[in-house]
Amino acid sequence: MDTRSAEGTRLRPLRAAGLLAAAGIVAVGLVSMVHDLARPQIEASERARRVAQLAAVLGPVHYDNDLLGDVIHVRDLELLGTDEAVPVHRARLGDRPVAVLLTAVAPDGYSGAIRLVVAVDPQGRLLGVRVSSHRETPGLGDGIEERKSDWIESFAGRSLGDPVEDGWRVRKDGGDFDQFTGATVTPRAVVRAVRNALVYFDRHRDELLAAPR
Amino acid sequence: MDTYNERMDAARILRNGLLDQNPGMVQLLGLCPLLAVSTSVASALGLGLATIAVLVTSNLIAGLSGRWLLPEVRLAVFVLAIAGAVTAVEISMAAWWPGLHATLGIFLPLIVTNCLVLARAESFASRTSVPRGVLDGLAMGAGFLLVLLALGASRELLGHGSLGADLHLLLGEAGRGGGLRVFDERHGLLLALLPPGAFILLGLMLALRNARLRKAT
Repeated sequence: MDTRSAEGTRLRPLRAAGLLAAAGIVAVGLVSMVHDLARPQIEASERARRVAQLAAVLGPVHYDNDLLGDVIHVRDLELLGTDEAVPVHRARLGDRPVAVLLTAVAPDGYSGAIRLVVAVDPQGRLLGVRVSSHRETPGLGDGIEERKSDWIESFAGRSLGDPVEDGWRVRKDGGDFDQFTGATVTPRAVVRAVRNALVYFDRHRDELLAAPR
Repeated sequence: MDTYNERMDAARILRNGLLDQNPGMVQLLGLCPLLAVSTSVASALGLGLATIAVLVTSNLIAGLSGRWLLPEVRLAVFVLAIAGAVTAVEISMAAWWPGLHATLGIFLPLIVTNCLVLARAESFASRTSVPRGVLDGLAMGAGFLLVLLALGASRELLGHGSLGADLHLLLGEAGRGGGLRVFDERHGLLLALLPPGAFILLGLMLALRNARLRKAT
């Protein structure tokens, strides 16, 4: 064996490592270039998606502020269903608050937590409720989705006093709200979470409606 | 090098990808995304196009670099290239097709683990000329897309009673309200949308193909 090929054998792992490192650097470079190009567009799409989601819960309510900008974060494990801080967006017309959009979690869905956006007007009446994420059974529990059934519309116009406390249940439990065929757990969890969100609003009304600092 | 690959002409490569070696129906590669995402025409189309983009890119890179890469790191470099291509496709989709990006969810980054992509880069593209490799990426991707579309269309039709109803995810607002409504969503067959429905329908498609092959011989 001559010395040159012996050296070649010894250097081979180094060459391999060098090639791999070069490939890694090129790959990371290209990906971060694409990322830089796409970032403004990603942020714009994400904002548009969130505004559309909030506006859908508000329905026909008129407002003229930036919903995403007018936000506070609150935490209440008992009434909002999660120990993380959740956003509360406020809709205003001029300086007057017209609605508060609470994020509430129903922790006791059939398959895990159900996230809701609950819109309440300053008098504590529900403007609308939408499910923003869930993992309920398709065809049974997913009737809580607005595009699957109009069940979620049954909250609009309700408030803490309408129905009175015992009415805030599904019919099977003697309340005012329908359950679905084959799925009681899901609507039961949502009804409870919506009522809890209303209780939360009632207790913290002033700070929720306060003008942004 | 593999002389069989060198001899293959364009028509052969296309035929292999679309029919004889169809990844979804014959090689049965990439079944996980195939079964999970084929719930509607739009999501099937989205994942299929993303897979084509990745396959073409990774085959191109494999074709360019395969011959002078040391065998010890060849696979590792291909995996890097595939991961890079998938990430770039995912980022672009998040930017320009956010709705589709949300629908495809985890299955978009999971294209990295689609063994079809690595298999084509390693066993074909790195052993043949660059144009052949790119053509193979197109053909295999198109074959995968066809099976995805067939499954997506039949599952959407049976489960939602529509065809292409959520194409606006792909085409933007212009496509909203488009698509075909065959019957009301409430009469949809839920089974078709659940994972077992995907297995059953793919099984039926395979059976149909086998029956035709048996007749031909």
